[in-house]
Amino acid sequence: MTASVDMGVQDKMINPEKSEEAKLKARYPNLGNKPGGSDLLRKRLQKGQKYFDSGDYNMAKAKIKNKQLPTAAAPEKTEITGDHIPTPQDLPQRKPSLVASKLAG
Amino acid sequence: MSGSGGDMQWCFSQVKGAIDDDVAEADIISTVEFNHTGELLATGDKGGRVVIFQQEIENKNQPQFRSEYNVYSTFQSHEPEFDYLKSLEIEEKINKIRWLPQKNAAQFLLSTNDKTIKLWKISERDKRPEGYNLKEEDGRYKDPNAISGLRVPVLIPMDLMVEASPRRVFANAHTYHINSISVNSDDETYLSADDLRINLWNLEITDRSFNIVDIKPANMEELTEVITAAEFHPLQCNTFVYSSSKGTIRLCDMRASALCDRHSKLFEEPEDPSNRSFFSEIISSISDVKFSHNGRYMMTRDYLSVKIWDLNMENRPVETYQVHEYLRSKLCSLYENDCIFDKFECCWNGNDSVVMTGSYNNFFRMFDRGQRRDMTLEASRENSKPMQVLKTRKVCAGGKRKKDEISVDSLDFNKKILHTAWHPQDNIIAVATTHNLYIFQDKVN
Repeated sequence: MTASVDMGVQDKMINPEKSEEAKLKARYPNLGNKPGGSDLLRKRLQKGQKYFDSGDYNMAKAKIKNKQLPTAAAPEKTEITGDHIPTPQDLPQRKPSLVASKLAG
Repeated sequence: MSGSGGDMQWCFSQVKGAIDDDVAEADIISTVEFNHTGELLATGDKGGRVVIFQQEIENKNQPQFRSEYNVYSTFQSHEPEFDYLKSLEIEEKINKIRWLPQKNAAQFLLSTNDKTIKLWKISERDKRPEGYNLKEEDGRYKDPNAISGLRVPVLIPMDLMVEASPRRVFANAHTYHINSISVNSDDETYLSADDLRINLWNLEITDRSFNIVDIKPANMEELTEVITAAEFHPLQCNTFVYSSSKGTIRLCDMRASALCDRHSKLFEEPEDPSNRSFFSEIISSISDVKFSHNGRYMMTRDYLSVKIWDLNMENRPVETYQVHEYLRSKLCSLYENDCIFDKFECCWNGNDSVVMTGSYNNFFRMFDRGQRRDMTLEASRENSKPMQVLKTRKVCAGGKRKKDEISVDSLDFNKKILHTAWHPQDNIIAVATTHNLYIFQDKVN
């Protein structure tokens, strides 16, 4: 019993990477054996949030901008996106003015 | 005065940006770059904005000069777009800025987001015309019947105005996300690299670009590596390098063929197969590659180390510096919180004697190649009194922690320094934390 504990400690000192790997495999037993393989790379190639269409995208953007501006839209304005088909009246009439970088402040 | 290895003592000079609480995601700094003389310093952020600072020097003629970087120009370079075909957002985040060498009174830089590169002209206006014949001073047209004489308009001085205007937009050439741009020493062309392809552009022509590297496999299931960075040789206009997610660097010669899929040189350090683990490939992925100013060496940054390669030796680097080796025993958590995928950049000083790169906890590291010394410094608001000398920091990997040391478990992994830049001639450095830009100066300077 003692012998195997000593071996464990020695292993960790010789190869911390392998013991970290063992830790990871213990937490995620379904982890594939090809870490740098195509799954990881393909996830990397397609980064970014997918939207249903450009209407959904513009509604989401409008919602974020309304949250950031202190003078928020009237309470009865719909907050949820993707829940209804947007009509031209729902979309912002014009782009809000751009905020300058704080590095230039 | 110029960047010698010597005994560098770094002092705080300036910090730009908001104090911690008042920050938005758009303020995250995504790139930092000095121009070729060091007079201008550009930053790009996640919100697609570029801020350019200009150096003002006191006591210019004395050996111990003080310099300050003040805002020169700021503009919105890129805006968010929507890719209709893929239903994906195209982020406005500026991935890279590269300056063109100055040829006339105006300054030019290239800035890029994931898909589009833009050439910006930054010019000064300090005179305006006055005394038009047909218009009043406020621009309204005069009554033609009231004009009785003829005069020549004159140029009168005005307050300096710095204008930025987009001169070229290089779009629609990249299916994947652009990670690098690099201006060629021929002053005519530049390259842009995405995950799978590298394109060559002429700075004057926006509707055409040549594909010079294509590593996309016919079957995407067979994809094993992606391009992570690319750069032109600083002196040889036919040579460029690109690095991969597998830790290799390929040097290509554009004279050899139009499509440089076959490399002229392949730089790869052999790996001991018995040491291989799940993390090996991920941490060997190269996040940045930079040629030395003299063009004889190149530096690569992978997750844990910085390597210097002699261009004449492909089988191993000539120097390897450990940035934060103590993280090797934390790889499991770093994988879980995605930090293992952080892309750190690296840079050379003006005479290639010292290299610098960032780390976590707002630490950054310098390696003096000649003196075989390394230093860990911290960019923090606590050490920001004017000309305050920075104390070196030390991380305690395990065992008993000495006073003034910080233990690995106390490191803040949200405070990462990914982008740093070194003035091309002097010992002045720009270090970007998440939302702030720090400028440090060597005391001797």
